[in-house]
Amino acid sequence: MAKIEIKNVTKSFIDPDGKIMNAVKKTSLTVNDGEVVVIIGPSGSGKSTLLRTVNLLGAPDTGSILFDGVDITKNNADTRKLREEVGMVFQQFNLFPHLTVLDNITLAPIKVKKMKKDEAEKLAMELLNKVGLADKANSHPNQLSGGQQQRVAIARALAMKPKAMLFDEPTSALDPEMIKEVLDVMLSLAKEGMTMLLVTHEMGFAKAAADKIVFMDHGEIIEESSPEEMFSNPKSERTRDFLQHIL
Amino acid sequence: MKDFEKMPVKEEKPNHPTITMTDGVLIPKKGNKRILSSWMMTFIGAIALLLFLIIFKADPYRKIFFFVIKGTPTTFEITIAAIIGAVIIGTLTGIGSVSNNRLITSLCGVYVELIRGIPLLVQLMFLYFALGSIIHMEGNIAAIVALSICFGAYMGEIVRAGIQAIPKGQTEAATALGLTKAQTFMHVILPQTIKIVLPAIGNEFISMLKDSSLVSVLALSDILKKGREYISRTFLSLQTMLIVALIYLIFTLVLSRLVGLMEERLHKNG
Ligand SMILES: Nc1ncnc2c1ncn2[C@@H]1O[C@H](COP(=O)(O)OP(=O)(O)OP(=O)(O)O)[C@@H](O)[C@H]1O
Ligand SMILES: [Mg+2]
Repeated sequence: MAKIEIKNVTKSFIDPDGKIMNAVKKTSLTVNDGEVVVIIGPSGSGKSTLLRTVNLLGAPDTGSILFDGVDITKNNADTRKLREEVGMVFQQFNLFPHLTVLDNITLAPIKVKKMKKDEAEKLAMELLNKVGLADKANSHPNQLSGGQQQRVAIARALAMKPKAMLFDEPTSALDPEMIKEVLDVMLSLAKEGMTMLLVTHEMGFAKAAADKIVFMDHGEIIEESSPEEMFSNPKSERTRDFLQHIL
Repeated sequence: MKDFEKMPVKEEKPNHPTITMTDGVLIPKKGNKRILSSWMMTFIGAIALLLFLIIFKADPYRKIFFFVIKGTPTTFEITIAAIIGAVIIGTLTGIGSVSNNRLITSLCGVYVELIRGIPLLVQLMFLYFALGSIIHMEGNIAAIVALSICFGAYMGEIVRAGIQAIPKGQTEAATALGLTKAQTFMHVILPQTIKIVLPAIGNEFISMLKDSSLVSVLALSDILKKGREYISRTFLSLQTMLIVALIYLIFTLVLSRLVGLMEERLHKNG
């Protein structure tokens, strides 16, 4: 079970000139168990901000977030438990450069889940096999291509056995020829029934895997529909405009 | 079809050429032939001159050398102990400077500013006498504490800059994996910080070796103090100071090469 309910969430920042910037405004979104939901929208529309409220990397100012029906924005909520259950993959991979690929993957299972080292390494090797990088276990991140690094980052997140995964533009920093290898891994995850909330402009992926596409602009969800509908028959003018730009 | 909206980030180029120079000694490394060869020439020159004086000008240089060299244990004892103290204080100050607690950051900031604004010799004498009058302390302990406090501030700044140089994404990734703040610091931030700050910290070690000579004003028998004792007895000021200078120079050169070797190793290991 993994159900994410974002309810009336707002989040603002104070920009360098001291002005208040409402990055996400009273937004609600539900990701049901096993669903893949893709957020699209122009730069600065609040996609990352919204995504990062879910694992409380940037806790919302108001509103609430329910994970499997439990309000995780309450003061007494177990934030760390939540983060064990919700994995995250970043645009810039954020692998730990001082650790080998294997140690990148085993760090959290050992430190957070108190897993035994050999057990964690076994799990890591299984995951590396899954993302096709078993031969890179002892390499350092800077010896890998961008696509390989991102696949390791996915394996690292999966090592916590999360119930849901967040992806923030996982292929945007990659050279075109490496995008597919990462999308393939994400597709297979989606097929296995992983609950996924992601920001991506890979429309091929969205069409193939998404149950729902959400279009955000200026901190608000403008439109929310199935891929077919979103691409063939967008309701709002702004959505149509945006899709014309990226398709 | 992707990222149409992202502008490439423009690298800002400064209008004027700038140079970065530190007042520390040069660290000879394999990659830098110029520094390595000037290091080699100075080192060989210093050793040769010292040997020449001791062997062929035994009077007075041999006597001077064997008298002054007795200060070595004190110099090293104080330097090494103060390095350990300064590294501990510096690490804590560096961590404190980036803490979320306003009070702690301010305290660390004031400490650093205070120390950097007062000449080392003045601080050293002040702390030495202050420490000595508040709690009774052996002279060398007081000197070690004083040097640690002085250099801890500089190291604190280095550690702070090192921590801040680690990309935010590292903390975010660790946090997202469920690591606590302490675990994130221990396993993600600290190891990377050490790599970044080691060259600068190595420079501080060398400065500390040199500046440990300041404790000679505190009635501690380090190399310089031994030299001054010898001068007051024999009035051979120029000859004695030549030997003192050569001894410090050789120690400093050896230490700087050691720091260079350490850096080379560090780079090899990824
Ligand atoms: N930590 C922060 N501090 C200040 N302002 C922020 C911060 N994070 C985001 N913002 C602002 O909030 C707004 C939404 O940002 P966000 O990163 O969520 O947009 P995005 O849709 O993910 O954009 P992109 O496609 O460029 O990643 C932007 O105007 C941004 O400048
Ligand atoms: Mg973003």
